[in-house]
Amino acid sequence: MKHLSFPQLHKAVYTLGLLAGVLTTSSSAIAADDAYFETLQKGLYLTRAADCQACHTAPGGIPFAGGLNIKTPFGTMISPNLTPDVETGIGGWSDQQFLMAVKHGIRPNGRKIYPALPYNYYTKVTDEDALAIKAYLNSLQPVRNPVVANQLPFPFSIRYVVTGWNMFYFTPGDFKPNQNKSEEWNRGAYLVDGLGHCGACHTPRSILGGETSAYLQGTEIEGFTAPNITSDKRVGLGDWSVDDIVQYLKTGRNHITAATGPMAEVVNLSTQHLTDADLKAMAVYLKDLPGGGDKAPIPLAATDSVMKAGQAIYIDNCSACHASNGAGAYPIFPSLKGNAIVQSKSTATLRHVVLNGAKSAVTDTAPTAPAMPAYNWKLNDDQIAAVLTYIRNSWGNAAAPVSASEVKDTRSSLAVSH
Amino acid sequence: MARKLPRKDVVIIGLGWTGSLLANELTDAGLDVVAIERGPWRDTATDFSPAQSPDELRYAIRLDLFQRPAQETYTIRHNAQQTALPIRQFGAFLPGTGVGGAGAHWNGHTWRFNETDFRLRSHLTSRYGADAIPEDMSIQDWAVSYDDLEPFYDAFEKIAGISGKAGNLRGQIQEGGNPFESPRQNEYPLPPLKDNYSNELFAQAARSMGYKPFSRPCSNASQTYTNPLGVTMGPCTYCGFCERFGCGNYSKGSPQTCVLPVLMRKSNFEARTNSEVLKILKHPSGERASGVLYVDASGETFEQPADIVLVCPFGLHSVRLLLLSGIGTPYDPVTGEGTVGKNFAYQTSGSARLFFEGKHFNPFIAAGGFAQCIDEFNGDNFDHGGLGFVGGACIATSNTHGRPISSSQIVPPGTPQWGSGWKKQLADTYQNSMLVSGQGSSYSYRDCYLDLDPTYTDRFGRPLLRMTFDWKDNERKMTKFIAEKCVEIGKTMGAKTIAASTSTENPFSVVPYQTTHTTGGAIIGDSPKNSVVNRYMQSWDLHNVFVMGASAFPQNPGYNPTGTVAALALWASHAIRTQYLQQNGPLVRS
Repeated sequence: MKHLSFPQLHKAVYTLGLLAGVLTTSSSAIAADDAYFETLQKGLYLTRAADCQACHTAPGGIPFAGGLNIKTPFGTMISPNLTPDVETGIGGWSDQQFLMAVKHGIRPNGRKIYPALPYNYYTKVTDEDALAIKAYLNSLQPVRNPVVANQLPFPFSIRYVVTGWNMFYFTPGDFKPNQNKSEEWNRGAYLVDGLGHCGACHTPRSILGGETSAYLQGTEIEGFTAPNITSDKRVGLGDWSVDDIVQYLKTGRNHITAATGPMAEVVNLSTQHLTDADLKAMAVYLKDLPGGGDKAPIPLAATDSVMKAGQAIYIDNCSACHASNGAGAYPIFPSLKGNAIVQSKSTATLRHVVLNGAKSAVTDTAPTAPAMPAYNWKLNDDQIAAVLTYIRNSWGNAAAPVSASEVKDTRSSLAVSH
Repeated sequence: MARKLPRKDVVIIGLGWTGSLLANELTDAGLDVVAIERGPWRDTATDFSPAQSPDELRYAIRLDLFQRPAQETYTIRHNAQQTALPIRQFGAFLPGTGVGGAGAHWNGHTWRFNETDFRLRSHLTSRYGADAIPEDMSIQDWAVSYDDLEPFYDAFEKIAGISGKAGNLRGQIQEGGNPFESPRQNEYPLPPLKDNYSNELFAQAARSMGYKPFSRPCSNASQTYTNPLGVTMGPCTYCGFCERFGCGNYSKGSPQTCVLPVLMRKSNFEARTNSEVLKILKHPSGERASGVLYVDASGETFEQPADIVLVCPFGLHSVRLLLLSGIGTPYDPVTGEGTVGKNFAYQTSGSARLFFEGKHFNPFIAAGGFAQCIDEFNGDNFDHGGLGFVGGACIATSNTHGRPISSSQIVPPGTPQWGSGWKKQLADTYQNSMLVSGQGSSYSYRDCYLDLDPTYTDRFGRPLLRMTFDWKDNERKMTKFIAEKCVEIGKTMGAKTIAASTSTENPFSVVPYQTTHTTGGAIIGDSPKNSVVNRYMQSWDLHNVFVMGASAFPQNPGYNPTGTVAALALWASHAIRTQYLQQNGPLVRS
């Protein structure tokens, strides 16, 4: 059974391949090959940093072949095919056409792209980086997958409205380094503001879907809280060290919290693959951003009847993992104490995970991906409101109570979305 | 006609502890591995959620996670003169099914066997003379030594996150550990669980009697722990829902908690669930297997060709599969010829139920392996001269659970069996009763064996496995001795009433739960004449078939089997990677 000896077999094939290369390839071709390989590696890295795959892949579909329904406040868009299929993908695009699309929101046919593609962030990406992404995408297997991206209702279905939107919310132009800040800070800003397009989720939107001035100060997305990721001490990253942020983005968890919901996907597809130096740069930049400065409310008294009910529910249902002191068990069960998302103005994530359960990010460095069970069958709206109010006002936490009607709304919307 | 599938490097039958450990190691070695599992997919998040898993009725009484007799059962008789009848409701032992196997719903007691256990016949012969071993007792040396397995015990303890205290660290006896254990290179990865009151009471009494009590090594994580594969376990909450349950807190070592999160991410691994292997297929050369035949949930049969076949189900199923596939020679108890089915053994117990007054044991603070033990009367840790038996037991407290339905069975002798008198006594007993129990050895005998039943078949028409088994005088004497020791400890602890019992008083019964530690039938040995597998768990008959599990034990010592089952799997895996992949063929010349 000699065909079994894989190590030898592999070695043999490798050696043959190497010999073939030496015999048939000139040295300049090898050098060109090396440069191309490096561009692809760089392109893969930047494609991950830009998290293209998250939107351009249908559930269970071929990566980058498009087809994901993206819900916007104005209607549904379907993500286009980014594979190099000439007819249905981007295989026929020139470099210039790619740059116009990604950095300016204009398709090769001259039509405007809806800002579901975050070109208002990608405009900061250098041409060199954007073209490395194109080189990587062009190296993929072409997939024929025609997509009609625009599913918006009238009047948003008229692409002309994008022109108006752009007037208000789009400032084209490459990233401009801040000369007063360090190189690291500027690298972080480039990644956060450009490729990472963090603001697409974490910055509150105006009624027209444009960014407000409360940059990265937290909002809601897809039924989850996109928390404040500025230096705000109470609801942001002010109490996190740079290392805490790096660890969170690398592994999906740190001693304070764990990524779940849409952020778990971001960690999985994007940030876990970034270098520690880039993650550190992002952390340095984020920790330098001003927070909203909201003052903490006075926490509810432990003797409050809702707090007492919440405590009883907490002991029975939550304390086995999150511990009776709310400290969790790092690195498997997140802490609730001092956790920004527990104290955020938005309670969307809290309501969502208690009702539906949650699975935390799964990464190469932390493959366990522990999950929290759903309690929608076990606890009613009042009970969930009470336990959430309890965790928001215990162990030094302070935040507004959660009402049963908010829980009821989430329960209904989750029931519909299933 | 079976559909023939593309070849795989390795096919694994059964995705429990041994299957998942081997799959993980062999995929690391670059091999393309498929596991075929009879039962359903199960993972912690979906199937063992802490909001649902502590359901005594569903899991402990209705046995939700276990094999159903309709899927597969066994026939049983006490001796060759009887006609065996099928077990129609599992009781004495509870085979698992589904991903994780019994590793999903075990208690977590994780022992190493003593070095003398691996050379039992030669050790007893040299210490007491050949006459000390009953004539019909067919115990054998293992062909693998404690020293061979030590690094692999160590590796498993680190993978499964075992809590415990070393008693013999590289030959130095350690305070607080088991002084009788064979030397270990490293401490346990986690400290012992924190003791409760009944453990403290036991340890105090044991110390006053001159014994050396210690915390039982167990796969109930005493702290948060990340294993060498990168998988994280949560701290045990002492909830008391281990045995018969999946652990929702990621605290109990199991394939789900310790291996699968890494294994399932690998592109060169595939698990096919709800698919039952019907047969191992022999290559026309007669020297190796060509793959397996299996049937999926829709009833379609497939042939899965593979270069290596790893037989990793519960031990009884391994033996049956070998017999059904015509691999090796069935054991004949009359002539002593043949090996497949030989040396079937079980586990024994002698115990004392203690009843106190005015205590608050709070038995709901519990965990599968949570106990204080003494090892003075296990194996050959004590002089058997003049006792008239060999073997022994580890004597321990039992704090596995305080669940309401099962606990309602426990009342002192003389209590009314129903009504207000029973209720009052039950309420009192719940806080005032505890068990001191010795789980003991079950040595093998010439007429205790496994073969195919001539009458009864399964749903595919294949003969059921027949067990021919009963207790012997040696085990009766040993368990009686152990029960007496338990009583002595109970008296020292100040129990008001003590009810002693042994599992061997009456003929072996499949009705009351005893243990799921069935052993033997595909035993390890130094020659194809006396064993089914060689020291690397490799079939003597087909060199690419490796048979894992407690079916390899030539006899069962007084320790729980999982630690040794896992160490043997990792030892075999090492041999496959470092020897077999280089040169396919028998690793031991017969």
